[in-house]
Amino acid sequence: MASNFDSRIPGGPLDSKWTQHKFNMKLVNPANKRKHSVIVVGTGLAGASAAASMGELGYQVKAFCVHESPRRAHSVAAQGGINAAKNYQNDGDSIFRLFYDTVKGGDFRAREANVYRLAQLSVDIIDQAVAQGVPLAREYGGLLANRSFGGAQVSRTFYARGQTGQQLLLGAYSGMMRQVDGGNVQLYSRREMLDLVMIDGKARGIIVRNLLTGEIESHEADCVVMCTGGYSNVFFLSTNAMACAVTAAWRAHKRGAYFANPCFTQIHPTCIPVHGDLQSKLTLMSESLRNDGRVWVPKNKGDKRAAKDIPEAERDYYLERIYPSFGNLAPRDIASRQAKFRCDEGRGVGETGQAVYLDFSDAIKRLGRDKIAERYGNLFQMYEKITGENPYETPMKIYPAPHYTMGGLWVDYNLMSTIPGLFVAGEANFSDHGANRLGASALMQGLADGYFVVPYTVSDYIANNKVEKVSTSHEAFKAAAEGVRAEISKLMSVKGTRTVDSFHKELGRLMWEHCGMSRNEKGLKEALVQIPKLREAFWSDVRIPGDANEINTELEKACRVADFIELGELMCRDALERKESCGGHFRDEYQTPDNEALRDDQNFCHVAAWEWKGASQPPVRHQEELKFENIKLSARSYK
Amino acid sequence: MADKKINLTLKVWRQRGPKEKGEFKTYEAKNVSTDESFLEMLDQVNENLVKKGEDPIVFDHDCREGICGSCGFMINGDAHGPQKSTTVCQLHMRAFKDGEVLTLEPWRATAFPIQKDLMVDRSALDRIVQSGGFITANTGSAQDANSILIPKTKADEAFESATCIGCGACVASCKNAAAHLFTSAKISHLALLPQGEVEAERRALRMVAQMDAEGFGACTSTGACSASCPKDISLTNIARMNREYLKASINRKEESGGGGDG
Ligand SMILES: Cc1cc2nc3c(=O)[nH]c(=O)nc-3n(C[C@H](O)[C@H](O)[C@H](O)COP(=O)(O)OP(=O)(O)OC[C@H]3O[C@@H](n4cnc5c(N)ncnc54)[C@H](O)[C@@H]3O)c2cc1C
Ligand code: SF4
Ligand code: FES
Repeated sequence: MASNFDSRIPGGPLDSKWTQHKFNMKLVNPANKRKHSVIVVGTGLAGASAAASMGELGYQVKAFCVHESPRRAHSVAAQGGINAAKNYQNDGDSIFRLFYDTVKGGDFRAREANVYRLAQLSVDIIDQAVAQGVPLAREYGGLLANRSFGGAQVSRTFYARGQTGQQLLLGAYSGMMRQVDGGNVQLYSRREMLDLVMIDGKARGIIVRNLLTGEIESHEADCVVMCTGGYSNVFFLSTNAMACAVTAAWRAHKRGAYFANPCFTQIHPTCIPVHGDLQSKLTLMSESLRNDGRVWVPKNKGDKRAAKDIPEAERDYYLERIYPSFGNLAPRDIASRQAKFRCDEGRGVGETGQAVYLDFSDAIKRLGRDKIAERYGNLFQMYEKITGENPYETPMKIYPAPHYTMGGLWVDYNLMSTIPGLFVAGEANFSDHGANRLGASALMQGLADGYFVVPYTVSDYIANNKVEKVSTSHEAFKAAAEGVRAEISKLMSVKGTRTVDSFHKELGRLMWEHCGMSRNEKGLKEALVQIPKLREAFWSDVRIPGDANEINTELEKACRVADFIELGELMCRDALERKESCGGHFRDEYQTPDNEALRDDQNFCHVAAWEWKGASQPPVRHQEELKFENIKLSARSYK
Repeated sequence: MADKKINLTLKVWRQRGPKEKGEFKTYEAKNVSTDESFLEMLDQVNENLVKKGEDPIVFDHDCREGICGSCGFMINGDAHGPQKSTTVCQLHMRAFKDGEVLTLEPWRATAFPIQKDLMVDRSALDRIVQSGGFITANTGSAQDANSILIPKTKADEAFESATCIGCGACVASCKNAAAHLFTSAKISHLALLPQGEVEAERRALRMVAQMDAEGFGACTSTGACSASCPKDISLTNIARMNREYLKASINRKEESGGGGDG
């Protein structure tokens, strides 16, 4: 086991751990900071905020992203909002309540100390964003506005109409661009990290492919911070952007970073349903819609009448019926599962029967069309563009879709992986959300990690470790670059008959069927037979036209799909080993009589962290036990 | 809604690299569902090209939700195609008729060199932001978010300007390839907020200077930019930028060029 598999949770009372830890951490003399360099991979909320903040401190930062511009990172697509325990609404919110909601929402599979810190930092994020000019929504009196999100009974979500992600990202990006202008951040866009370079057991650099020229480049630094996002695209169809991939995280995993809880994936309840085989991605309809939209299906099986022709008495508002206290604002895992149950019962709507209604007619009657347009106008417009239907007049049809991954690279309290000098922030780490993330908490976590955690813990690492300068002519860089070149030429030389997408779609179908909204032993075992076959087929029959020394979008996709196939296998293993249901991980075998997730705290109150043992050996599962000292472990109820 | 199937002819600009010569090539897109998005239609054409061992048509894209600003090319001379307020990734095939011939071309502007086929380099827009499109607020130095009140109308107006996704359609539709709409949207967004007022003059001077240095053209007020903008960024932003710039030029106390304060 890596000696670095230690959560390093500081001692002391919960509410002073972080303050005390900050005081105990070593500082780097301001004059010395510019002699130290940090690589930041990814420029989403986590990466851009980390790069900006460390640039401000005076470190030499090199920031990498696969996009043409750092502003296009997938964080840009977040719609609904960001949580913070400001209690501006005086409705009983507090840091402890946000902490409590997050731990409970995650079905008691997250670390208390990390979650508490996250709740503490949430308030600073809003201050920082407003100071940067992020135009968050306001009331007529000029104060900031809030809305409610799932899994909470207070109104703590800050938002910028339906594009909170883009506005927060533009804030972090502008902070980073200011550092580019000042010379402390160097920007490397259209670069894809394909390996992590280790020297003397520490992360010292990365190998990237220049996506414009195909050149394999080596970059060195004192340490590496990975902020490369989540892996929902393992399902092929998801709400994630097309380039979202596990590649950076997976390559680091193969170099020794443990992968934690890979099977913890979030299936979001409100997405536009699949329309056909040629579909390339699924579109999210923000959870904020559940503030005013009511979810229902017909009471009778196979009722094919149009929604408006189904009388009130023949509608089943099932979330309101089953969860009277949270109603339509039940957490995501629960809302998704209930939608699936309804469709499995034959009460789904639309041509495919794989959809439920999200209906705004009551809210429009109550508040008027203008108010609804002000709140959700752009989402309604987006819905209409995609489906050709007008949600002001007919209810939206929605269905769950893969959306977010709670699993990711294992990190300690300092957000350092099991590889010394490799930090992981944002969705890429296994994060603070346990087995289910509450809405509007990913933006919060990405920015807390990037603005307020990583700059401190990286400084501490640099101050404590005498990292000698290395050059990219070091053997380790040469060997890693050679390895990447060899893999690319292997892919190019297959010259088979099938497209990359055809493999990706096949993997996606396997994962959705066997490792999606519900899982069971038989299906997972079946997937563990099928996926290795798919891997073999991929490596012997994939077809990549063109040349590796130029823009080659098929080659880019092939590198990502190769890693997704390996990850898919690990996800199924993890799901098979976790013989309980918790949050988004629902095993058919473990449920209560009324179909709720049945946890097994005796045997599974832990993080599963997987160690790569090479292609020919199965990975090894390690456990980090979770202790709940401030919240009582209890069955999660939203009834 | 039940979909229909249509057939289209595509004339696509193919160009291997920035320095190579490009040309139009013709492709047939057959059996296209009207429920598909424009980019899904291109995916389908590309799948067939790859199966034949040919290079797929390269275009930039990522979110496919109209928010990342990656996508964008001309369809029959219109930036992002015929539908108003819509990026090409959100354009659906029900906007087209069976048998139509569509010409696809990359954005054309000196400041946006073509990388390959329909993909261009818009990093000039990043450099405009880098020159001053920010508020100097180091991490950790902020006061409570509610300590400065901002009237809702002001905040909403700033938000409208801030919705620009940096796609470059405004530049591509302008006969002078001017970047005034993009630049003015950023200048307005920040100038409208009390937090951004402090640096407003310096920002206007530096961003306008950078815009010129990148080789974007002059604005002759045709309004083609705003008409093609998928986010409906309004021309009043340009008027505000001109005012800010004029004011700053009169009060000019510092050089507009030179290094930043990091
Ligand atoms: C449609 C949608 C809506 C959402 N809405 C909300 C919401 O309302 N509230 C909320 O809290 N959360 C929301 N989320 C979740 C949230 O947006 C994400 O979890 C979060 O933004 C992730 O940020 P990040 O910085 O970790 O990663 P990302 O923003 O995904 O950034 C990843 C970065 O890494 C780079 N990268 C990746 N791989 C490599 C590589 N190999 N080499 C180099 N660079 C690489 C990318 O270029 C990018 O810059 C939403 C998610 C989706 C999909
Ligand atoms: S102003 Fe409009 S067209 Fe121009 S870059 Fe911004 S969003 Fe695109
Ligand atoms: S692909 Fe993101 S805006 Fe079109």
